[in-house]
Order: sequence, then structure tokens, then C-alpha cells
Amino acid sequence: MTARTHPFRRKTSLATYQETGVFWALRLFTYVILGFGVIIFSTIIYKGSPAVFGSQRLDTTFPFLHNDFLFTKPQTLHVFKYRGEIKQMSAENYYAFVGQAPDAPPTPAASPATASALSSTGVNASDITDHETYSYAAGGIWPQIVGTVLLVIGSMLIALVLGIFSAIYLSEYSKQGPLISAIRLAIINLAGVPSIVFGLFGVGLFVLAFGWNISLMAGWFTLAFMVLPVIITASEESLRAVPKGFREGSLALGATKWQTIYLNVLPYALPGILTSSVLGIARVAGETAPILFTAAYATSDKLPWELNISPDRLHSGFLGYLEYPFAWLHDFAFHGVNALPYHIYVVSSKIPQNAYTERVQYGTAFVFLAVVMIIALASVLLRIRLRSQLKW
Amino acid sequence: MMDESNPTAQAVEVVHTPVVTASASEKAARLNAPTVIDINHVDFYYGQSKALHDIHFPIKEKLVTAFIGPSGCGKSTLLRCLNRMNDLVDGTRIGAGSIKISGIDIYDPSVDVIELRKRVGMVFQKSNPFPKSIYENIVYGLRLQGINNKGRLDETVERSLRGAALWEEVRDRLHTSALGLSGGQQQRLCIARAIAVEPEIILMDEPCSALDPIATVKVEELIHQLKQDYTIVIVTHNMQQAGRCSDITAFFYMGRLIEIDATEKIFTNPTQKQTEDYISGRFG
Repeated sequence: MTARTHPFRRKTSLATYQETGVFWALRLFTYVILGFGVIIFSTIIYKGSPAVFGSQRLDTTFPFLHNDFLFTKPQTLHVFKYRGEIKQMSAENYYAFVGQAPDAPPTPAASPATASALSSTGVNASDITDHETYSYAAGGIWPQIVGTVLLVIGSMLIALVLGIFSAIYLSEYSKQGPLISAIRLAIINLAGVPSIVFGLFGVGLFVLAFGWNISLMAGWFTLAFMVLPVIITASEESLRAVPKGFREGSLALGATKWQTIYLNVLPYALPGILTSSVLGIARVAGETAPILFTAAYATSDKLPWELNISPDRLHSGFLGYLEYPFAWLHDFAFHGVNALPYHIYVVSSKIPQNAYTERVQYGTAFVFLAVVMIIALASVLLRIRLRSQLKW
Repeated sequence: MMDESNPTAQAVEVVHTPVVTASASEKAARLNAPTVIDINHVDFYYGQSKALHDIHFPIKEKLVTAFIGPSGCGKSTLLRCLNRMNDLVDGTRIGAGSIKISGIDIYDPSVDVIELRKRVGMVFQKSNPFPKSIYENIVYGLRLQGINNKGRLDETVERSLRGAALWEEVRDRLHTSALGLSGGQQQRLCIARAIAVEPEIILMDEPCSALDPIATVKVEELIHQLKQDYTIVIVTHNMQQAGRCSDITAFFYMGRLIEIDATEKIFTNPTQKQTEDYISGRFG
């Protein structure tokens, strides 16, 4: 112990306890948060993945590539006892099973007129007992996936164009002064406005004032306005991060201001802008409130491209052929869609929660996570690609 | 590099001494060269503060004019007035006087600043190659003018790189990134990029301040060659550099032109006390 008397000897004091305490408190909080995250995500993955990958899929047929959960429309789930055996069937299969048209009365067992009749498939309706139905619990969520992807792509395009334009104006053209500072402050504050407020703004302006009704178009603009503040702020920062020398060098060679920005500033700011837009994507894909009244239907018979354009809307003959694509685009943009976050809201609050509905509830949440991750991953890859080409 | 009309100068060039050692009569003839830039009683303001006070002197054709002086004396400001780069800074203005290039007032509203900058090229303190290939850096100015003819671009690249004494070093890697070049090569690339658009005047804002001594020597040799074709104005903190590569030196202090004369005269026999103090290192 004699060697331990040097001046830098470790001493135990209040400060050492404080140091250890702070370290463990910080570590504990971090791991608790991490733990909650792991629990939430693993529950969704554990309960949701069977809907996509196997054991809970209804109507399973051999080529598993045809994934009924991902690529079919939602259907009502029929649960009933048939000769004492519990059966689950999608509406389509159920009506095939009982040999009845879907628009006939849905509960044949309860209807005395058909109770004794033997249907064409040989199923005696009186053998069906304890018949229950659950909306959306059978079939898949293909329209919801399509709707979410369309909403994300359209609104991000609008938000990026508007956001980059105004960021270029703010950072490159405008004279810095009190007015521009006020505008910048207002934009930053807009980022904190709750999404339901943007939803109501969208209803007021796009749905009612512009008369766009509940449509993809109204949803695109509402979501775009919601993420614009984030995109403008981040784009401005990315533009400012481009060295001044690039601008001066270009101008000194006789470039106009716009040539300089377009050729020698914007390309180097794009990776940064895309990074910030990844956050925007997650928000656009995930928000329910802005699309609740502007773009989303709980059910929709047709996908946006499946709408029939009635011939009497078009001119006859050659002019009609010219008009057709415009009519198609019009119907595409001005028709409401389904969306994953809204579907999660519907299936978790509007239908009972039990063993029969868990598939669609957790399955939708799981697919939603996967879709957001895939879109975000795609833009990260795009950013890395841009970044490797334009490095300084 | 070869000055055929002057065998003495040629002999000097061969031993790579970029010091001007022309005869007295030739020097006098040079100083009487025609005026290209006429700076006429210029006052310049950053917002309310006056940065240049009544600057008045001519810049002669195909000579190297050096601006020296302590930091903040206004030499860079004046340089950036000559191709209107100060327009980029909010709140700057010429309060009085005029700057005429070939007799045209460059601050006249009828002047197209883009055309002006094509004629008056600039090399910056910090070398600023664009993050593109060497080739694309050189042709940037031409592409801006809508020239995309490959033969013409190739020819310009070779001519400019030869002009900037860089051709031999980079001819095999024209299509690799300009950022892979060393600091001195990058600065010479910026000079090549400036001469690619065939300006008449080249402004250099402390072009060697970020370079090591060997790279500095190369750029100075290059300046010495370039003055055969271009009028060069160079701002420098390095007085030895001004002495080595300029013909005329202007000394600025506190936004005022203190003295302008032939470089040798300024460095050996200045008329103003302030100039002598600065050059002998007593302040600045």
C-alpha cells in the first residue's frame, strides 16, 4: 500500500458518487426508452408478420407469391358454426360456400324463408349457427398500401418543389431584413402546428373552397403543406452549407445567378435536402389527421385507376381519344383513396378486438412499418448515390 | 514565356528567375503602356461605413499591378469592385467617382455585369475548384455560354491548362475529380478556368496565401508568363511576392491609396513615410 500515496491517487468523495450516479441514471433512462421501443416493435412484428408471411393467412393457396394480405382488397370476415365446427371465411368464400348472391340477406340462418331451403352448393342454411361478421377482417389491405404510397409520393413531390423554391428564394435572393426574419420565424413555428389543424385547413381550402371534395389531390396538398416548414428550413440550411466559393467562382466566370444556383449550388445541397425529406416521408405516411377529412375513405370499391370513365363525358370520335387521358388523370387525382394509418384507426376502433380481428389489426400495423421503412430506405439510398457523385 | 523582341529577357527566363530585370528604358516604356482600368476618385461604402476614400489611379495594360497594405486597408474591396463582385454583398455601393474599363463606366446601369465578368476574370484566395472533373471545371465558363462543341471544348481545355502550366501534370487524368489535385495544382486549375473564357484582365485575390513555397513559386512563374497576354491585378500580403512578380505596386492604408509607383521604386525608394514603415516591417 505504500506505493499508493502519490499525488494523483484516486479518492472517494461526493463528486465521485455524483459522477457514478449521473452515469447510471442516464444509462437507465436510455435503456428504459429503448426497452419500450423494442416491446412495441416486437409486438407488432410478432403478431403482425403471420398475416403477411403465413400461419394466419386465410384463403391460403399454393403459390405463396400471391399474397392475399398484401395484394387483395379487404373483405368482411364471416365466422360461424357449421355442423358444430367453427369456420372462418371471407365474404367471397362464404357466399360461394352457401351458394348465395352477396347482395341477398347476409344471415340466412336467421331468415325463416330460406332456413329450410337447400342451396345450390348443397349446404343447408339451417346448419349454420352462431354467425358473426367482422368488417375488413378478411381479405387484404392492397388499396390501403396503394393509397399510402400514392399520398407519400405525390405530397413529397409537391412539398419538395415548393419547399426548394422558397428555400432558394429565402437563402439566395431575398435581402436579409426584418420582413424575411419574420417570415422565417413563421415558417419554423408552422412546424409545430398540430396535424389536425392542417387537416382542417385542408378541408376549408382544398375540399370546400376549391371544391376538390375528398380526393387524392386534396390529400396531397394538405400533407405537403404539413411538411413544408420542415423541408423549407432544412433546404435553406443545406443551401447555406454549400461553400461561398462555389457561388463566387461561378459568378466570376460570367454565370447568371440562376445558372450558378442551378449548376453549382443546388446539386451539392440536394443530398442534405433529401436527408431532411426522409423525416418528412415518415410524417406524411404516418399522419391520420390531415387525411381524415381530405383524402381517405374507410372503404372504396375501386382503386384510383379502376374508375370507369363513362363515354358520354367525352366527345365522340377522335376528340374523345384525345380527351381520355385527361379524364383519366382527373378521375385519378380527384378520387379519394384508402390509407394505412386511417385503416389502422378504423380497424382498431370501429370493429371488435378479438382473435378474429387481430390478424388485420396487427398485420396492417406491421405492413405500415414496413412500407415507411422501404420508402425511407429508398430515399437514403438515393441520397448516398447523389452524395458519392457530388463530394467536395 | 519567350519574349522574342527582347533577347535579354529571354536569357533571364531560362534560369527561371521571375524577377523583372528589364533595362531602365524598357521599364519606362512599360509604365507608359495604355491605361486599361481607370479608377477615378472612387469612394466605396459598406452600408454607412466608408471603406475606400477617393481612390484615383490608372491600371496599365499587360502589366502586373500589385495591391499591398495591412489587413482591412481596402485592397481586396477595390479589387472586387473591378468586376463588381461586391454587388453580391448587401448594402454596398460606390458613393462617388467611377471605374472605367476601356473607357466604359462599369457601374453604369447599361452595363451587363455578366459580360463584364467574362472580360474580367477572377482567382480567389481560397482555391475553389468545383467538385467536378478537371475537364468540366475548365469548360464550365464555355458551357455557360452555350458552347458544347466537343472539339472546341477539348482545344480550350488544352490551351488553358498549358496556359496555366498544368497540362503536363494532369493530361492523363482530365476526367478525374479536380479535388484530387494538390493545393497548388488546384489554384493553377482555377487560373486555367479563368483564362478559358478568354478575359482581358485577371484579378487575383491573394492567390498564394494558402499555398506552400514551392507551389507559390509555380504560381508566380505563371503570373510572369500570363502578363504577356493579360493585364493582371494581384492583391497580396506577401511583400516579397509583390516585389518578385509585379511591375507596379500600390500601397493602401486605412482605405486610402498612399502611394503607387514602379515596384522597384516603391521597394527601394518610397516617397511616403508610411510606405517605408510598412515595407520595412515597422507595422502591418
